[in-house]
Amino acid sequence: MAIRESDLAAKQTKTIGWNGKTLKEMRREIDELTKETGYYAGLEKLPFKESEPIRFEKIFAKLRGGVVHARETAKRVAASPIVEQEGELCFTLYTPEGDSVVTSTGIIIHVGTMGSAIKFMIENDYEENPGIEPGDIFCNNDCQVGNVHPCDVHTIVPIFWEGEVVGWVGGVTHVIDTGATAPGSMCVGPVTRYDDGYQIACRKIGRNDELLRDWLVESQRSIRTTKYWLLDERTRVAGCHMIRDLVLSIIEEEGIDAYKQFIRELIEEGRRGLINRLKAMTVPGKYRQVAFVDVPYRHPDVDVPPYAKVDTIMHAPSEITINPDGSWELSFDGASRWGWHSYNAQPIAFTSGIWVMMTQTLIPNDRVNDGAVYATQFVLPEGGWMKPDDIRTAHSYAWHFLVSAWSPLWRGLSRAYFSRGYLEEVNAGNANTSNWLQGGGFNQYDTIHAVNSFEAAAEGTGASAVRDGLDHAAAIWNPEGDMGDMEIWELAEPLLYLGRSIKPNTGGYGKYRGGCGYETLRMVWNAKDWTMFFMGNGYMSSDCGLMGGYPAAAGYRFEAHGTDLKERFEKRLPFPQGGDPNPDDPQYEKVLESKEIKRDKQAITTEAIFENYDLYLNYLRGGPGFGDPLERKPEHIEADLNGGYLLPEYAEKVYGAVFTRDEKGRYHVDPKKTEERRKQIRQERLKRGKPTREWMKKERERILRKEAAVQVQHMYASSFSLSEKFLNEFRTFWNLPESWVVTEEELEVPTFGSKLKLTESI
Amino acid sequence: MAQEYDRRTIEELVDGTIGFPKLKEMLSSFKDPGRFDTYVSILQERVPWDDKILLPYGEHLYVVLKKDGSRVIKCDCGHEFGDYRQNWKLNALVYVRDDEQKMAELYPKLLAPDPQWQVIREYYCPGCGTQLEVEAVTPWYPVIHDYEPDIDAFYEQWLGRPVPKP
Repeated sequence: MAIRESDLAAKQTKTIGWNGKTLKEMRREIDELTKETGYYAGLEKLPFKESEPIRFEKIFAKLRGGVVHARETAKRVAASPIVEQEGELCFTLYTPEGDSVVTSTGIIIHVGTMGSAIKFMIENDYEENPGIEPGDIFCNNDCQVGNVHPCDVHTIVPIFWEGEVVGWVGGVTHVIDTGATAPGSMCVGPVTRYDDGYQIACRKIGRNDELLRDWLVESQRSIRTTKYWLLDERTRVAGCHMIRDLVLSIIEEEGIDAYKQFIRELIEEGRRGLINRLKAMTVPGKYRQVAFVDVPYRHPDVDVPPYAKVDTIMHAPSEITINPDGSWELSFDGASRWGWHSYNAQPIAFTSGIWVMMTQTLIPNDRVNDGAVYATQFVLPEGGWMKPDDIRTAHSYAWHFLVSAWSPLWRGLSRAYFSRGYLEEVNAGNANTSNWLQGGGFNQYDTIHAVNSFEAAAEGTGASAVRDGLDHAAAIWNPEGDMGDMEIWELAEPLLYLGRSIKPNTGGYGKYRGGCGYETLRMVWNAKDWTMFFMGNGYMSSDCGLMGGYPAAAGYRFEAHGTDLKERFEKRLPFPQGGDPNPDDPQYEKVLESKEIKRDKQAITTEAIFENYDLYLNYLRGGPGFGDPLERKPEHIEADLNGGYLLPEYAEKVYGAVFTRDEKGRYHVDPKKTEERRKQIRQERLKRGKPTREWMKKERERILRKEAAVQVQHMYASSFSLSEKFLNEFRTFWNLPESWVVTEEELEVPTFGSKLKLTESI
Repeated sequence: MAQEYDRRTIEELVDGTIGFPKLKEMLSSFKDPGRFDTYVSILQERVPWDDKILLPYGEHLYVVLKKDGSRVIKCDCGHEFGDYRQNWKLNALVYVRDDEQKMAELYPKLLAPDPQWQVIREYYCPGCGTQLEVEAVTPWYPVIHDYEPDIDAFYEQWLGRPVPKP
């Protein structure tokens, strides 16, 4: 029977918002009220919290406990080690308009991204078509809608109470493959969204709590690792339904009016909370810092289209302005343009992700919601790598730039903490969270497989003003860092461990040094049709040190192909084991014959074929240092030497340490002689240092002669093209003529995307 | 409520001798609003000069109040870098590591930044040779003016008292 017109009309007039409104009307109302009053949803007062604080806290505790519990329980459904071992998942509860209320632990960058997807559905009238009904399940991983990278797949479920949407719950997991040009979920190859893999733009994938068959068929045929995809999806659905049930039980207990008031007040409380924390911990003023990441795409081992074969540098200057009223602005004016690589980021990924970091410093509590966003003014340049003005951009490893750009903010805030005396909160910065060992093919079980080693979840952390950074400990994007068990990785990947060791000299030197990274030597074993690639910083260190400390070491790669390891094992001959502590004095090669060894600073590559018995070194980076290295305590240098955190040559050169080695091989630093040597080094500094203004005159001449490598000039050209302000400040600083500029055209490199854009049609 | 710490604990914090359990407690607790005054008084006691510290600015650096009412950035060795609103680095000594040999003094070659992409700038105090800041930037990068505190707003609006005067 055909659908009657009267039924259709009735359906169209039925609204799902509060008090007969549409969700779109509710969204507009919240925005207007917030803008007009300066308080979230116009809440100048918090009557519920003020009149019944214990009841208010009780509801919060139940919700927060519930979302964390859902995460912990649901992750056991997953089989992927990324989710099950590393905890790369997160659940968040939203208002009907898509503002986040409560979030779980885990990859909390998504506190905002799933809200962005909800707002997209509201803005695009999903209430009318395809309709939003109880029991519906939606999916999104489209980066331009609001996602970090396509491998973060969102499941979003509406929560209804008596015909009204009272909220949404979103769950996200980092899936191991998205059907992109290369396996591994965050691959290097993509230069456009069409290479980035399977992208789902806010699609209804389930009704009545069941996934639709056409969705299951299509999604299974669109990615490589079908089993993991399926179980990850079950994980997300299970968690969302647990949280939905929890919300409904709280409404039953507390009443719908109390719940509605509670979610609004909690967000306003979050806004006020950030302002209070800024006032309690910082100093009003301006803080400036910068980050860079190398994009070395001209190298032959990066196989991308010709217009993407450009060496360039990501530029992320940042200026924090903390106002006397406790609000603040984070400006990234001067950032470089988006590019033909997979490191672009959508604005919500950029702004939402900052809270991952802030929860480790400024707001270290469980009150993470959109309130903090409402207290923050972001300035992101139009067309910048964090605000692309072209829908074609690739995002599969957006984190590569994101983490590097955020880290200096922590460093900037640390100047304020230092001024206030909160030395325990000072952090010199963060590691570039690489390398990412990725690849795929047929694994040891003869099934098609993709790998993405989350050993990168345990990098060295930055030094504080009180002690060294933690060694091989954490990553800025997931405060619950864990390198994972080798035994589990060996089950998940056809790669045996020939070593897992501390990587000396990788933490930035200082009075307190950055945490050192580590390295694992992997041998391909029992794989077929197997490829792998490298994904990290190589030619540059992506963060500075702080107050005299040095940046962390930069990166490099080691890979060996066509080795004689099989024969060596059979004959019981020595073979490479352990780390590569001093890459300038290679040891692996002394016990290895190979057809080809690549040992260089090209730490980004696209897929290369790896045969069994080939080697791959996975080097995880260190964190930056704090304070003058000449003030490092001799006993700490001694511990570094004996613990394998520092090569002896650099104890002398960088720390001025004078030491001996006993017959057992233990180092002993002589404090008196060290102090004498340090006095000499300070004199040497005074001798070799030039007054800054004198040095500037010579540097200015180099700029006028345009003496810098193409990649450096390309970075400036791209930033200048987006920001007249940055260009003018540059000219003023160096006292350059008003006509001085560098353009991409004069560099004779491809300039695709610099003029013509493809904008979104929806 | 925030716990206040005694002077000795803050001294241990400044000296880096504080025990981990106490440090962990500090990290996990609400911040003690009295910290600033205790901290400044410890630092004031340790510097060899009499100018009043208005704000600790960085390791070894302070914004101090001069007798004529001006505010300058000063190293604890006594060297003064000029007005606190200006970039002190412009009045420092700089050493730029812009070739492989200079980088090799810091890192093994494969762990060092490539000077074609990045240089390391070390800023020294002209008075005592202390390394006060390190920048890892591309060639041509303007010297970064890291920090411009709004001292008046900090004292008057956040601490609720006037900025000290001579």
